[in-house]
Amino acid sequence: MPPKTMFEKIWNSHVVHEEVDQPSILYVDLHLIHEVTTPQAFDGLREAGRLVRRPDLTIATADHNTPTNIGRAFMPVTDPIARQQLEALSNNCQEFGINLYDMGSPKQGIVHIIGPEQGWTQPGKVIVCGDSHTSTHGAFGAFAFGIGTSEVEHVLATQTVRQNIPKTMEIRIDGALPFGVTAKDLILGIIGEIGVGGGQGHVIEYTGEAIQSMSMDGRMTVCNMTIEGGGRAGMVAPDETTFDYLRGRPQAPQGEEFEKAVEEWSALKTDEGSEFDNLVTIDATSIEPMISWGTNPSMVMPVTGLVPDPNLIDSKDNRKAAESALEYMDLEPGTSIQNIKLDRVFIGSCTNARLDDLRAAATIAKGHKVNDHVYAMVVPGSTAVKLQAESEGLDSIFKDAGFDWREAGCSMCLGMNPDVLSPGERCASTSNRNFEGRQGRGGRTHLVSPEMATAAAIAGQFVDIREWELS
Amino acid sequence: MKPFTTLNSIVAPLDRVDVDTDQIIPAQFLKRVERTGFGQFLFHKWRFEEDGSTNLDFELNQPRYLGSSILVSGRNFGSGSSREHAPWALLDYGFRCVIAPSFADIFTNNCLQNGILLIQLNERTVRHIINNALNGKGYELTVNLQTQRVWDQDKKIEAEFDIDEFSKYKLVNGLDDIDLTLQYEDKILDFEKSKTQLH
Repeated sequence: MPPKTMFEKIWNSHVVHEEVDQPSILYVDLHLIHEVTTPQAFDGLREAGRLVRRPDLTIATADHNTPTNIGRAFMPVTDPIARQQLEALSNNCQEFGINLYDMGSPKQGIVHIIGPEQGWTQPGKVIVCGDSHTSTHGAFGAFAFGIGTSEVEHVLATQTVRQNIPKTMEIRIDGALPFGVTAKDLILGIIGEIGVGGGQGHVIEYTGEAIQSMSMDGRMTVCNMTIEGGGRAGMVAPDETTFDYLRGRPQAPQGEEFEKAVEEWSALKTDEGSEFDNLVTIDATSIEPMISWGTNPSMVMPVTGLVPDPNLIDSKDNRKAAESALEYMDLEPGTSIQNIKLDRVFIGSCTNARLDDLRAAATIAKGHKVNDHVYAMVVPGSTAVKLQAESEGLDSIFKDAGFDWREAGCSMCLGMNPDVLSPGERCASTSNRNFEGRQGRGGRTHLVSPEMATAAAIAGQFVDIREWELS
Repeated sequence: MKPFTTLNSIVAPLDRVDVDTDQIIPAQFLKRVERTGFGQFLFHKWRFEEDGSTNLDFELNQPRYLGSSILVSGRNFGSGSSREHAPWALLDYGFRCVIAPSFADIFTNNCLQNGILLIQLNERTVRHIINNALNGKGYELTVNLQTQRVWDQDKKIEAEFDIDEFSKYKLVNGLDDIDLTLQYEDKILDFEKSKTQLH
């Protein structure tokens, strides 16, 4: 048999039907749903008199709209339209027999954080969700991608999704990440290299030393932002790190079943001699702590750099985009990025609000105080992350330092709930998108790692985390 | 879904690259539980000033582009969030066709589900169309999906475009994917049975 990539193996084992010149019908093992991209899909089912084919393979949570104030489960949601959407999810789940982890449930959280932490996310699965950051789950060697609401309805009704087979790309990261450089810096560096459309039409498998030695939380950060480079999905081959993470998780196979699963999962990795349609190589040792300066995630620079000069950009389209980004961000070319004053810091999102992220941030925050001019919030990615962080005393470290410690949800990553920037406010954010107005109309977002965001909260401006003195 | 056959319309230009779905429709407007009524929020941050008044500098607010059904823009249109509210907003505002050098993957699928035709043309042709729309008054294009051609009044632009047969078939007939897939329900059932036997 010819050698196959991990993606091909998963694809082939999920094809229900294929025909020349048509998208294939792929079986879906796990369908994650949330309040924002599903109400219209359930309405569609009702109108057509259809049922949910596999409620047992469908998991629901409330994350995008949910307030993050402590004690929220006992207070009404003040935004009437958000409340209506949350109620619609609850009613739909009840009507169609789907398990919902709502506000107040210990399993509630951002959909891409609860999937892995409960063990629903497993190697070899096809996973979809009406959310572009579904690429996160690829960190386990799953084929996971975002879909729209019509496709959500299709999956609910048929447990399948129609897809044209994507191309494949290997991004090989040679060498080890230097001290102070995180998974977030790596993926920002990669997107800076390939551009926001660089991965279009491709499933990307990340390989190489830096990935192999990375924790699952780090791999999830990398796969999560694959979509920001335009990739259909990101993947990492499952290995001992993956199996150790999954062992004992409530929804993972247990005991002997688990060992059998490990045997199957181990066979998923890309065969030697397989060919990808494209290869990109990155030198991990050249990556520095990164900061975004513009209005898309490819507009990034190292912390030691100066704000770029659009006049030095050859392509007219890119020059125009850079000029417009600098105007929106209120930045002057040639300024040291470390001299920019910040108003807000957001530590959260499906990119960087897992335990590793909060532990790393707490290490930086310990014994320090948030700058007087900065309002900084920490929003755990899930209620389970929050509870575990509290049992480790991380919440006390943050609160003592003057951070606002919140309940779990998507929060200021996209500003659908009350957590938003005011016009003109500048924010260091561990989230994934620095688009215009993403965190609130007129808000200015700089994407960074949790470590860099924490240090920035304390200093009131960006600092090179490699020079930070731990107390 | 409304079938798509031919379209003749004034062309509205959006001369930017990487237009993301957060710009097409900001997250604050995604809370509605219906599929309709999103057009009023299309390009909200660009169309309107902070106080809610119309931003007269924004291309689409110019009277000459009113009533347009064809939007033309730069590469990587529709990147970012998977929100189907983006095509819903475009459609509700009146756009049935978007022309650009490239489109983001999820956005492409979402448009196809809503009868919006995406036409991918090379950078040079798109640049010509944008310039014509910016410079001329009432610059029009005609699109014929059946013959996969697009042209302007004086045939200065005349281009063929690619579209896979399945997408074309769906657009021309205004078909819903679920019905098409359910023709293979037996195969889904077989697949489920074989999976249960394996585990």
